[in-house]
Amino acid sequence: MNENIGMFGASGSGDTSGFGGLVRSAANFGSSERPYGSYFDEVADELERAYPEFSDAIEKVIVDRGELTLHIKREKLFETAMKLRDTESLRFEVCLGVNGVHYPEDKDRELHAVYPLLSMTHNRRIRLEVSVPDSDPHLPSLVEVWAGNNWHERETWDMFGIIFDGHPGLTRILMPDDWPGHPQRKDYPLGGIPIEYKGATVPAPSERRSYR
Amino acid sequence: MTLHDAYASATETTEGRVYSVTGGDWDSLVTEIGQTKEERVVVNMGPQHPSTHGVLRLILELEGETITEARAGIGYLHTGIEKNTEYRTWTQGVTFVTRMDYLAPIFNETAYCLGVEKLLGITNDIPERASQIRVLMMELNRISSHMVALGTGALELGALSPMIFAFREREKVLDVFEMVSGLRMNMAYVRPGGVAQDLPKGAVAKIRETVKELRHNFKDNEKLLVGNTIWMMRTKGIGYLDLAGCTTLGITGPVLRSAGMPWDLRKTDPYCGYEDYDFDVITTDTCDVYGRFLIRMQELEQSLRIIEQACDKLDKSEGQPVMVADKKIAWPSQLSVGSDGIGNSLEHIREIMGTSMESLIHHFKLVTEGFRVPAGQVYAAVESPRGETGVHLVSDGGTRPYRVHFREPSFNNLQATSAMAEGGMIADVIGAVASIDPVMGGVDR
Repeated sequence: MNENIGMFGASGSGDTSGFGGLVRSAANFGSSERPYGSYFDEVADELERAYPEFSDAIEKVIVDRGELTLHIKREKLFETAMKLRDTESLRFEVCLGVNGVHYPEDKDRELHAVYPLLSMTHNRRIRLEVSVPDSDPHLPSLVEVWAGNNWHERETWDMFGIIFDGHPGLTRILMPDDWPGHPQRKDYPLGGIPIEYKGATVPAPSERRSYR
Repeated sequence: MTLHDAYASATETTEGRVYSVTGGDWDSLVTEIGQTKEERVVVNMGPQHPSTHGVLRLILELEGETITEARAGIGYLHTGIEKNTEYRTWTQGVTFVTRMDYLAPIFNETAYCLGVEKLLGITNDIPERASQIRVLMMELNRISSHMVALGTGALELGALSPMIFAFREREKVLDVFEMVSGLRMNMAYVRPGGVAQDLPKGAVAKIRETVKELRHNFKDNEKLLVGNTIWMMRTKGIGYLDLAGCTTLGITGPVLRSAGMPWDLRKTDPYCGYEDYDFDVITTDTCDVYGRFLIRMQELEQSLRIIEQACDKLDKSEGQPVMVADKKIAWPSQLSVGSDGIGNSLEHIREIMGTSMESLIHHFKLVTEGFRVPAGQVYAAVESPRGETGVHLVSDGGTRPYRVHFREPSFNNLQATSAMAEGGMIADVIGAVASIDPVMGGVDR
């Protein structure tokens, strides 16, 4: 699905390091089939019971490397989160934040937001994943569900440009307020800006010959 | 193009452009506040304030000495480590992530390596001795980190002597780190598949000696602070955050345990063989700064217990490998520590230069290009001195990470500043922040 050639996008240069010939590609996972194993079936059953519209909210379920990932439609994210937190048999009372992943080749699903959830009551972990198109990067904010997501959502906005609707104050958190662009996106180069020091200018790493 | 910057007006001179950094919108802010009838003052504490525990900026709105609103401004130490790792091999990533939370480097490395190993599917192939060394190093690191938390925490509240004792002990732990890895901080010692090198000769004996000394010397600080009237008046009932608050804010570590919740990943979700060690999870139910202080104090002893058990195990596993057997992941030689900290193995050089061209090629490919990691994503977590250090790794099947994200406990826990400080006195915000023990390198990454 996704193919990149070379370490730093080297092309036709005298790159002798061996990086230039690298081809890497990302696999696209299909949905996992039941039984999921471990406590995952139980979580899925309980969620279906507590949330009748669940089948409408879910895009796919992936069980990989002993971890359960639920891909949720963004319209249903807030409700699903509420159910996951409040249903006694689920009780995912802790959200360990949110972080973004940028897949520029994944058409209309370029930006992914990933929420690792933890249930201290049952000692279980699952992961929610939501995707939004780059052209309309809106997600419902989950600060109302888990207050601790406040800064994590600000970081994801800062780094990926995902807009969390309903967030109490969605401003940049790590980069300066007037920073242009969202640095963690794949189309944003490493470094990105030239560095001025004592009158001399050092080009951005992405512009240096050794990285090109 | 000249951008207008509210915080730094620019003037052109013959030498070039000169910026004068001012308070920016400070004047307009003060005028605005003066118009309301209440007597409110906004105090900007930091980012270079000596008691804010690093380059942290606290924006406090005060009514008299009472805080009505507290906000934390962060980002002054943002270094883009997560982005950088995407341009390096999986092994080189260790060198980056160790610099995030610089007081707990071993925890960053271990969390990252556990994640990479999970992606590779070699979690169960990690040699026992490697896990034992990881546990040993993590617990030593917990002591050195708690020592800074206790020492600087006391210092910020005006008690100077504990800091001297705490840093004296910390030095002893750093000496052990230097002996084992060649470096005192940011060691990049834990690597995907195991650890960089085996313990040097005589290390276990030296560590046992250090444990004895530490156990004896910890009493100095205990005598100074536990039950000390002034210390208790500054810390008891301060920075209150109960279990409900901790849960919704996603707080982990000593702050959560001070609310009475015995939540410790070493017990609830053991990794690196922690299930084979005998230790207690310390809790208090006071929800305040004093409780968190007591927890850190007592966790020191628990760490010493684990270190002693790890030493026993290491005596038995002497001579066993410390790196996964898979030759497509492990570097072909165990490097030995030279006078420059990290050195080369003479035996290996003899082999690659004298006898085996293939070994040389293999080594070269592994070091420059790195190993491939099957596509997918994982989350791995360890119990760091500050709470859950979680790593979210995404691989696209290549030799470099597609995405590395650290769920830093400092970053998450610092959000509790408002909840802990609002409604309290301005002097107590220092104690509250110190009890969270944020490390700004971890907060900003």
